[in-house]
Amino acid sequence: MTMIFGIPIQALLGQLLVGLINGSFYAMLSLGLAVIFGLLRIINFAHGALYMLGAFIGYLLLVHLGIGYLPALILVPLAVGVFGMAVERAALSRLYRLDPLYGLLFTFGMALVIEGVFRFYYGVSGNPYAVPSLLAGGTNLGFMFLPNYRGWVVVASLVVCIGTWLLIEKTRLGSYLRAATENPELVQAFGVNVPLLLTLTYGLGAALAGLAGILAAPVYQVSPLMGSDLIIVVFAVVVIGGMGSILGAIVTGYMLGLAEGLTKVFYPEASNLVVFVIMAIVLLLRPAGLFGRDA
Amino acid sequence: MSEPLLAVRDLHAWYGEGHALHGVNLDVYRGETVTLLGRNGVGKTTTLRAIMGLVRKREGSVFFNGSDLIGLPLHRVAHQGLGFVPEERGIFATLSVDENLVLPPVVAEGGMSVEEIFDLFPNLKERRNSPGTRLSGGEQQMLAIARILRTGVQMLLLDEPTEGLAPVIVQRIGELLATLKKRGMTILLVEQNFRFAARIADRFYLMEHGKVLEGFPVAELAAHTETLHEVLGV
Ligand SMILES: Nc1ncnc2c1ncn2[C@@H]1O[C@H](COP(=O)(O)OP(=O)(O)O)[C@@H](O)[C@H]1O
Ligand SMILES: [Mg+2]
Repeated sequence: MTMIFGIPIQALLGQLLVGLINGSFYAMLSLGLAVIFGLLRIINFAHGALYMLGAFIGYLLLVHLGIGYLPALILVPLAVGVFGMAVERAALSRLYRLDPLYGLLFTFGMALVIEGVFRFYYGVSGNPYAVPSLLAGGTNLGFMFLPNYRGWVVVASLVVCIGTWLLIEKTRLGSYLRAATENPELVQAFGVNVPLLLTLTYGLGAALAGLAGILAAPVYQVSPLMGSDLIIVVFAVVVIGGMGSILGAIVTGYMLGLAEGLTKVFYPEASNLVVFVIMAIVLLLRPAGLFGRDA
Repeated sequence: MSEPLLAVRDLHAWYGEGHALHGVNLDVYRGETVTLLGRNGVGKTTTLRAIMGLVRKREGSVFFNGSDLIGLPLHRVAHQGLGFVPEERGIFATLSVDENLVLPPVVAEGGMSVEEIFDLFPNLKERRNSPGTRLSGGEQQMLAIARILRTGVQMLLLDEPTEGLAPVIVQRIGELLATLKKRGMTILLVEQNFRFAARIADRFYLMEHGKVLEGFPVAELAAHTETLHEVLGV
């Protein structure tokens, strides 16, 4: 058996794959958080709940309506996105002129309510969501065995992250979004409907969280707690990448997933800690984050 | 005389509790260039921002083309045909020169095309892919004006376009405004430098303490020089 630093290469690659999968979810979630924070200046504490909502909507569609994974890939982000837009219009839009603390408290409260409702009806135990038959099985890469669904998650998340990045950096809508992040009043004075842009942006962030949720359903168990388990790490990712930095959120998401995977191989006891250790070091050396612009 | 294009009536504005405008009245007729003069802090910028709706707490009337802009959401104002070039220029750092240029939506026909604008501002074309804030101060001012010219607005609100710029650039901005005026653009200009303004303005308004004191045509500028020196402290 091939060894690297005294570790069998299969074990190393296996953990790197797990890290890459986790990193895929970190990247998609921190991307949405960064987009929302950049424009709305709201730290969206409900992001984990929206991710859980996405997974649950997928699960309920399957169990109650027999609607399978592929249609759910479209329906779930749509549903969570529309839910997000309704929340923004009904509540968040009224908080922008107040202290940012109100937005934080509101989204935190909303997360508790959403999770509470699902806990009330479904308890805390996980519900399995079968891997869709199209993506079942695995592929032997020669050096390791790759479950097809996991490969799909990595590819899908890359496509989503790159697509969102292109949308923001290369399109006209994206230029409105970047400009409004710098100076929303001036952009609105030019005739751009900035309030609508804010609604769409929160909707986009929510839809990304929902999509991550349905992608995660066959990997992790669908449970009301799945969001709060993940969101703390995702917040650390956003801080390390630099609040509001789109590219920072994506790259840091994958990097930290891989860092966790590597730690699991070489020093498993620290694998849950490594992200926060990195966060502390980054905050000490570069408080604006790895990709953040110094204010 | 016909109806003014812009008629401001008894306009008040507040920053928090601070009362910044105390009943501003002014008229700008179609095709005119009108300059608002006054010392630092008298409320010239606030007047422009209150006309646009950028100052939230305001009272009075702002008639444009006969309809009152007070009460319109901020993003509807530009669509009435009013373009704004802020004092701080408002060039976006995360947008390229090109993106800055096409950011404000076209609100009416008759604006310049990007090609025409690049003919007028060749250095913007050379730097079209660099971030907007990498331009020099003068180029940023050109860009701030150029991007409004694309939108087809009938009237420009220009806040101190020559502030802090070298004489050569001031000269170029003067030529640009003269060109715009020839094309029929209506301009409300805030300017400290009244010798610069005298070359293009048809009329002046003098502001003090959040109010417009008096208005006079350019022909009477000489008769007013003493008052101006006194009020402007130049
Ligand atoms: N953002 C602001 N917040 C509070 N007060 C302001 C603000 N902007 C301007 N002011 C005050 O309003 C008054 C008018 O300012 P301004 O319109 O900028 O004057 P000008 O453009 O003629 O120099 C000044 O007393 C100034 O201190
Ligand atoms: Mg001013």
